[in-house]
Amino acid sequence: MSDTFNRRHVGQAATPDEYGGRRPRPPLRVPLPPTDRPAQTLPGPSDWTFDLIDQYHTVIRATAQRFSLDTYPNQLEIITAEQMMDAYASVGMPVNYRHWSYGKEFISTEKNYRRGQMGLAYEIVINSNPCISYLMEENTMAMQALVIAHAAYGHNSFFKGNYLFRMWTDAGSIVDYLVYAKNYVAACEERHGVDAVELLLDSCHALMNYGVDRYRRPGKLSLTQELERAKDREAYAQQQVNEIWRTLPPKSGKDAAEKEQARFPADPQENLLYFIEKNAPLLEPWQREIVRIVRKIAQYFYPQRQTQVMNEGWATFWHHHLLNTMYDDGYLEDGIMIEWLKSHTNVVFQPPVDHPAYSGMNPYALGFAMYSDIKRICEAPTDEDRYWFPDIAGRDWLETLDHAMRNFKDESFIGQYLSPRVMRNFRLFSIVDDETDPTLEVSAIHDEAGYRSLREAMSRQYDLGSREPNIQVWSVNLRGDRSLMLRHTQHNERPLHDNAYEVLKHVARLWGFPVHLESVGSLGNVSRRWTVDPSTA
Amino acid sequence: MQQIIDRRLAGKNKSIGNRERFLRRHKEQIREAVRRAVEGRGIRDIAQGEDIHIPRRDISEPVFGHGQGGKREMVHPGNKDFVRGDRIERPKGGQGGGGGQASDSGGGEDDFVFHLSKEEFMQVFFDDLALPNLIRTTLADTPEYKTHRAGFSSDGTPNNLHVVRSMRGAIGRRIALGSESRRELHRLEDLLTELRAQPASAERLHEIEQLETDIAALRARIDRIPYLDPIDLRYRSRVRTPVPTAKAVMFCVMDVSGSMDEARKDLAKRFFILLYLFLTRHYEKIDIVFIRHHTQAQEVDEHDFFHATETGGTVVSSALVLMEEIIRARYPRNEWNVYGAQASDGDNWHDDSPRCRQLLEHGILPLCRYFAYIQVVDQEQNLWHEYASLAEESDTFAMRKASEVDQIYPVFRDLFRKEGAAK
Repeated sequence: MSDTFNRRHVGQAATPDEYGGRRPRPPLRVPLPPTDRPAQTLPGPSDWTFDLIDQYHTVIRATAQRFSLDTYPNQLEIITAEQMMDAYASVGMPVNYRHWSYGKEFISTEKNYRRGQMGLAYEIVINSNPCISYLMEENTMAMQALVIAHAAYGHNSFFKGNYLFRMWTDAGSIVDYLVYAKNYVAACEERHGVDAVELLLDSCHALMNYGVDRYRRPGKLSLTQELERAKDREAYAQQQVNEIWRTLPPKSGKDAAEKEQARFPADPQENLLYFIEKNAPLLEPWQREIVRIVRKIAQYFYPQRQTQVMNEGWATFWHHHLLNTMYDDGYLEDGIMIEWLKSHTNVVFQPPVDHPAYSGMNPYALGFAMYSDIKRICEAPTDEDRYWFPDIAGRDWLETLDHAMRNFKDESFIGQYLSPRVMRNFRLFSIVDDETDPTLEVSAIHDEAGYRSLREAMSRQYDLGSREPNIQVWSVNLRGDRSLMLRHTQHNERPLHDNAYEVLKHVARLWGFPVHLESVGSLGNVSRRWTVDPSTA
Repeated sequence: MQQIIDRRLAGKNKSIGNRERFLRRHKEQIREAVRRAVEGRGIRDIAQGEDIHIPRRDISEPVFGHGQGGKREMVHPGNKDFVRGDRIERPKGGQGGGGGQASDSGGGEDDFVFHLSKEEFMQVFFDDLALPNLIRTTLADTPEYKTHRAGFSSDGTPNNLHVVRSMRGAIGRRIALGSESRRELHRLEDLLTELRAQPASAERLHEIEQLETDIAALRARIDRIPYLDPIDLRYRSRVRTPVPTAKAVMFCVMDVSGSMDEARKDLAKRFFILLYLFLTRHYEKIDIVFIRHHTQAQEVDEHDFFHATETGGTVVSSALVLMEEIIRARYPRNEWNVYGAQASDGDNWHDDSPRCRQLLEHGILPLCRYFAYIQVVDQEQNLWHEYASLAEESDTFAMRKASEVDQIYPVFRDLFRKEGAAK
C-alpha cells in the first residue's frame, strides 16, 4: 500500500493517462453565463450556522463551476482553535506518528496563541481526496465564505491540477498512508522501545529535505532489455577497437589498481535517505521501513515547498474572483463584502523593505499580483505586454491561467510570467551580497535595463536547488572502513552552516560507520571537511 | 450533497502523546525545575503548575543550511531611491538586503518556556519520592462526590423517570383542564333530561337536537385532553455533593539547631509536603501549625520555619510540650483530626529523650490520628532508641531514617496502606 502513495516505480515518464486516470478536463475558453439573478442576497449575519455555510457553499460551488475549476470532492470540517493547534503540530495532517518535535511545536503554538502573540490560520487544507478543509469555529460567516472559496476551490483545484502534485502525490491514499505510518511507528515503539524509535526519527528528520527524489527513477529493465543493451554496448566497443593502441603495454602500478576498484555508488546520489534506506549496512528491517516512511512523507510535501507563490496566489486570486463574481451576480451583501475584503487586504499586504514588519516577499501578495496581471494581459494588453508576452496578450484569460497553474513551479512560473508592471508595482530591486566586497551593490531595479535580470534573480530565489545546499552521496569506501563520503558542492561560494556537524552526527547514526562531509568550492578545492565516527561519538 | 462535518466534539488533545514525548525528552531539566519550585513554594501551594525553561539549543533540530558568506543576490520590494550600481553599507550582522532579514538568527538564544500543568508537576514530584502508583492516584485525584436524591425535577433521563409522580401529575392536569367542560356538560345534561320530561313539540325536538350536538362536542373536547403529556413527566433528581469531610490539623515539628543544614531542611520539607498532600485528599479544611525548636520551642509561620536559622542546643521535649498545649487549647479532639510530623537530625540532650517518649506515649499519641517521625541522618542516638521502642508498641506512630528523598515514603506506608485497605 505504501507504493501507491508516490508511484515512482510505475513508469519512466508521466503519460497523460497516469495519475490514477485523472485526465484533466480541457479548460473553458470563456466562463459560462450566470444563472438567473437571485431574488435577494444571501443572509449575512456575523454568526455562521450549518445551514448558512451550506447555502454559501452551494453558491460558491456553482460559481466555481462557471469557471470550470476542476477540484476533488470537498469535505468541510468545523474545528475548534485547540484542534487547529493540534493540526498545526502534526504538520497540518489529520493523523501523524508521534514525535517530540510535534509536541514542541504544539506547546509553542499554544503558548503564543494564549498570549495573543499570534492568530491562528483561518483554515488548513489537506491535499487529499476528498479534499479536507478545516474551518475554524471562531470565524464569522464572511470569513467562512472566504475560506471556502480560498481553500476548497482555490487550493483544491491547484492540488488537482498542478503537475508537481500530480507527479509526486497521490491524494487518494495519503490519509491511509499516514494511518499506516502512525500504527507502524507505534508498533515499533512497543517492540523496540520509545528511545530507539525517537533517535531514529530524529536522525531521519534531520535529513528530511534530502529524502526527496527530484526526478523519476527509471523503471527496472527486463532481462531481455538488459541483454539487448549489453549486446549493443559490445557492438559499439567492437567498432572502437584500434589495433595500434592495442600493441602498447598496459600501464603498471597505482593507476590500474585504482581503476580496478569500482566506485560505489556509480554516480553521486542526491536522495540521502533513499541511499541510506537501501544501503546502510547496519539498519534493521524495521528501521529501514521508518526511514522509508519519513522519506515518503517528505516526498509528499516536496511539491508544496516548491509552489508556495503559485499555490497561495492561485487560491487568493480565486477567492477574490469568485466572491466578487457572486457580488456582481447579486448573492452577497455589502457587509459581507467589506468584511472579507478587509482580511483579503491584510493577506496581500506586502510591507516594503524598510518596514518593521518586513520579512521577505509575501507569497500571497506576489502570487495574487501575478495571476491578476496575467488576466489583465489577456484582457487589456498594452504595447509593453505585447512585446513581453506576445503569446498570451489578448488570449482567453481562463485558458491562459489554467495553463499557468498546471505546468509550472515557483521558479519557472516567475521566470515565465513576472511582468514589468508587477515589478514596477512592487518596486522590486535586487542586491548582490558578495563576501569579498565591503559593500552591497544594487544590481538591478525596476527599469527597462533591469527587468530581465530582476526576473532571473527572483526566479532563482525560489529555486529550491539553490536555496538548499547541494549535498550528495559521493562514495562509500567499500574495501576499507565502510565510511560514507558526502560532498557539498558550493553554489556561488556559499559555505555550509556550522550546524552541519550536528546533522552529520545524525547521518553517522544511520550509517553506522564513519561519515565524512567535504565542502567543495567552485574551483574543485575542498574548503572544509567534517568527520564523524559513530564508534567514538 | 456535500456534507459539512462538525469535528468540534471529536478528538481534542490529539497532541497529548507528542507532548508526553517532549516532556520525556527533557525530563532532567523538568525535574530540576520542579526541585527548585518545591524549594521556593509554600507547602500549601505545592499542587500547582510551573513554568519550565529549556535552553533553545537543547531543542533545536539541525538541518543542513547555508551559512554566512559567499555571493548571493536577493530581490526585495519597496525601492525608494536606489538606482542600479548604488553601493550600500553592509547592515550589521552581515545579513543581506535592507535589514529585514536579520531576525532569523538574532533572537535565537531565548529560552523555550512552557507551562507544566498541575498533574504533570505532581507526577514529577512523586517520581522523586518513589511513590507507589496506588498512592499517586489517591493523592492526585480530585475529591470524590456522592450523589443523593434531591426531590424531583421536570427534566432528566428516562431511567430516572418517576412513574407514580408522573401519573399523579397527569391526573391533576386532566382534572384541571377538563373541569370547565365537565361542569358545562353536567349542566347541559340536566337541561336535556328536563326537556325530555316535557311534552314533545317540534320546537322541543329541535332544542333537544341542538343540546345533543352540544353535548357530543363537549364530550369530544374532554376526550381530546391527552392522557399523558410531556409536562406531566417527573424525574428523580440527583445532586452531587462532595463527600462530607472533617477538619484536620497538621503539626510540623522541626529541629532548627545548628546541625540542620539547608539540604536536611529540604528533605524535611518534602516530608511535610507529603503528609499535607495526604491530608488534602481527606479533609476539606486543614490547619498547619509550625513548631520549631532548639532548646526552646516556638510556633512560627512557614517562612520562618524553613528559612530562619538559629543555633543552640537541642531539647526535643520542649516542642512536644508546646504541641500538646496547642492541641488542648485550640484543637478539641471531637472536632479535629490531629496529625503530627516531626523531623530532626536525632540530636537531643541525652536526659531529655526518655521524657520525649513519655510525652508522646501518654500526652500526644492518644490525641493523634498519626504521628510520623523522620530522622535525616543515619547515626542512631538515644532519641532514636527511645522512639524505636515506642514504635514497636504503637501503631499510630511511624519512624524512619531518610538521607535521600526517595526514602521518605516508607514513613507513611502504614498510613497509606490503611487508606488503601479502607477503600
